[in-house]
Amino acid sequence: MKINSAHELEEATGTVPRIDGRPTFRLDGNDVPFDEGQSILTAALEAGHYIPYLCYNPEFQPHGSCKVCTVRVNGRTHASCTQPAREGAVVESNVDELNELRKGLVQFLFVEGNHFCPSCEASGNCTLQAVGYAVGLTTARFNPLFPVRPLDASHPEVLLELNRCILCELCVRASALVDKKNVFALSGRGITKHLVVNAESGRLADTPFDVNDKAMSVCPVGVILRKRRGFQTPIGQRKYDQHPIDEVAVAEAAARKG
Amino acid sequence: VSSSSGLTAAGSGGASAAHEGLDAIVTRHESDPSRLLPILHDVMAAEGFVAPAAISELARRLGISRGQVEGVVGFYAFFASEPRGRFRVLFSDNVTDVMAGSLELAARLREAFDLRADEVSRDGLVSIGTTSCTGLCDQGPALLVNGRAIPRLTPARIGAVASLIRSHVPLDKWPANLFTIQSHVHRRDRLLDAALVPGEGIEAALSRGPAATIDEITRSGLRGRGGAGFFAGTKWQACAAAPGRERFVVCNADEGEPGTFKDRELIAHHAELVIEGMSVAAYAVGASRGFIYLRAEYPFLVAGLLDCLEQRRRAGLLGRGVRGALDFDIELRIGAGAYVCGEESALLESLEGKRGIPRNRPPYPVTHGYGGQPTVVNNVETLAAAALVAKHGAGWLRDVGTRASAGTKVLSVSGDVARSGIYEFPFGVTVRSVLEEAGAVDTRAVQVGGPSGTFLSEGEFERRLAFEDVPCAGAFMVFDGTRDLLRVIENFARFFAHESCGFCTPCRVGTTLNAQVMGRIAAGRGSRRDIAELQQVSRLLRSASHCGLGTTAANPVLDGLSKFRPSFERRLRSLEVLPTFDLDEALAPAREITARDDDDAHLSDEAP
Repeated sequence: MKINSAHELEEATGTVPRIDGRPTFRLDGNDVPFDEGQSILTAALEAGHYIPYLCYNPEFQPHGSCKVCTVRVNGRTHASCTQPAREGAVVESNVDELNELRKGLVQFLFVEGNHFCPSCEASGNCTLQAVGYAVGLTTARFNPLFPVRPLDASHPEVLLELNRCILCELCVRASALVDKKNVFALSGRGITKHLVVNAESGRLADTPFDVNDKAMSVCPVGVILRKRRGFQTPIGQRKYDQHPIDEVAVAEAAARKG
Repeated sequence: VSSSSGLTAAGSGGASAAHEGLDAIVTRHESDPSRLLPILHDVMAAEGFVAPAAISELARRLGISRGQVEGVVGFYAFFASEPRGRFRVLFSDNVTDVMAGSLELAARLREAFDLRADEVSRDGLVSIGTTSCTGLCDQGPALLVNGRAIPRLTPARIGAVASLIRSHVPLDKWPANLFTIQSHVHRRDRLLDAALVPGEGIEAALSRGPAATIDEITRSGLRGRGGAGFFAGTKWQACAAAPGRERFVVCNADEGEPGTFKDRELIAHHAELVIEGMSVAAYAVGASRGFIYLRAEYPFLVAGLLDCLEQRRRAGLLGRGVRGALDFDIELRIGAGAYVCGEESALLESLEGKRGIPRNRPPYPVTHGYGGQPTVVNNVETLAAAALVAKHGAGWLRDVGTRASAGTKVLSVSGDVARSGIYEFPFGVTVRSVLEEAGAVDTRAVQVGGPSGTFLSEGEFERRLAFEDVPCAGAFMVFDGTRDLLRVIENFARFFAHESCGFCTPCRVGTTLNAQVMGRIAAGRGSRRDIAELQQVSRLLRSASHCGLGTTAANPVLDGLSKFRPSFERRLRSLEVLPTFDLDEALAPAREITARDDDDAHLSDEAP
């Protein structure tokens, strides 16, 4: 019997390969090392394998709401950002069925909000747009819901453009955990779920929000915008205009790992 | 420790009294943020809504963020941050209520006050809307007025309701017979026939010891009656073995699955059994506190439950030193109109005073439940059966049913049957046997387990109700040949869209898209493209959703497409792509602004 890979060795001998002494799982045929407690997503990114994601941010505890990072582990689907890596697990990610599923979820987000990339200040820096390209999205496919969402321009320095909110809760988490201000929260439920600010008036101006807050910089789309700074970097020269998101995400993970 | 909230009071306190009222309410609840739901119930009862200023004040008093309070108010259907009518009328929109004429009756009541749906009358007197299934399918159509249920609606009853409202008669002065909930039990088996002297289950458990009690439950084969079918013994064992400061036993009485009302019956007439089961579980796992999480739609069960708890305290069966060996007491908590809280981890979030969002699992509630401590969450019927297993031994359950599904199942039968109500059968009974016993004729389809369950067509009536064949949490809704199954499926799709918690993308958006597409198809405006869209959306729901609500939300659509495909095909307007909206409907706002409704203000129904 000829052994071609570490995993065939594993199948033959009942052992799972270790890389640099670390346990591994198998992702789309590759052995991915991980540290105990690490999620499938972070281990994959560190090992150079991109799994598309939206609501995950390495600075915060993952909560797994966007489901774009869904993978199949031993036959069952899980959000890879919240699913702990397990030694010897067989994980599928870059397969037609899951790529189609991710594309559908990104399309869901596009039809749920009012996303008009050509006129959006975030174009080129926007994770939703970049992931849209990464999953091969060419149309929104489903019928747009065209929600009526208010715009909050009350704050002297910040505009809240809620039409673009994808409900990732990163600003909620950043404001609560880093800024200790709880400026943002979610209300409503189902399709009426929406971002609210922590003020009786409902206006951002009546909160302690500040442009130097962490919550100012975590929005993956174009909701929390600095006033009078629009289009300072021309479209075409922005983050994901330079490099596609799969390369950016993997490079950032490598940089974090050091 | 027991408490309930004034769900029945109709109030309209002035703004000046508001903060004083809040003070008393918050103090009564010891400024405990985990008691946010009972607090909000009390504010709703006193004020009719939770005003923005009240939200700020509650946040300050409870030491939590304003957004957190606003988020909870906005999450639950029975809380409101804007004034509604002093009489808030909500018609159950479950399909069985609709079949019994609820839409016409709701329209009749709205006409009496010249109101549109959810509109508040100009004098603030009344608002009329809809709510998800109220669990009165055996005596529908039903409505809730300020939280109190009125079943068996007829034009005459609607007339009486209209004149009581018009005369500003306070709710507690309304004729009592309006609110009478009947009990329709048509078949009893071991569970409903059982006699248990309060304390017998506990004593039997005490004489066995905790480990042997869990063994007994395990050997009985008792599986969760709320839908998932998880083995109760395994759950108890895991909870008992988990490290923790304190352990909890929670009775899931959030019976929200449309078409299900068996827990209503069990609590109304067998509460002793249910509470005994909680005590047995508490002894087995070492829990000191318990909760009964009762859905808000059942306020008529509150007094009886509190009474039962109090009697057991007096009899030394609850509280400290029960039979010298058990410290365990139970608090009653009331939901607030959120189906998703029937999911055990969402229920725990709700018990902690939060939005009912299902948690990421693992960890599971058995190790990290209420307050992060080991917690057993069991369905009402599971706990009742556990009490009897404790008393009679494993064989009491094991000896009936099937090999994989021990014991009996209490069914809630409704829809097109001669005798709707409660039927208890051993597991393994065929669908046809249930239909015959309930007097169903010309049955075209049966929805077993509610919208999240299985839609069965005629060819499947020999199938058996059991975990290994057709699992059934309790609902058994029957549709005869006169029913429009597409409208039934549309009703279910709208239910899920209304009840999605909104946490995850697939469920939040997918349930909404499915409801829209089903609406188009049922209205005869669907195209073949819409069928493909239903399939795409349903696939995403099923494989990517965060919890069982999302993964099962597509069941009625997918079952419908596979089992009743011709019904869909016949309704398609053309095989070509069609406008996704109704052109005439799009003119409705213009008609409203111009106060016109004549023929010239409508587009012809004929497609050009």
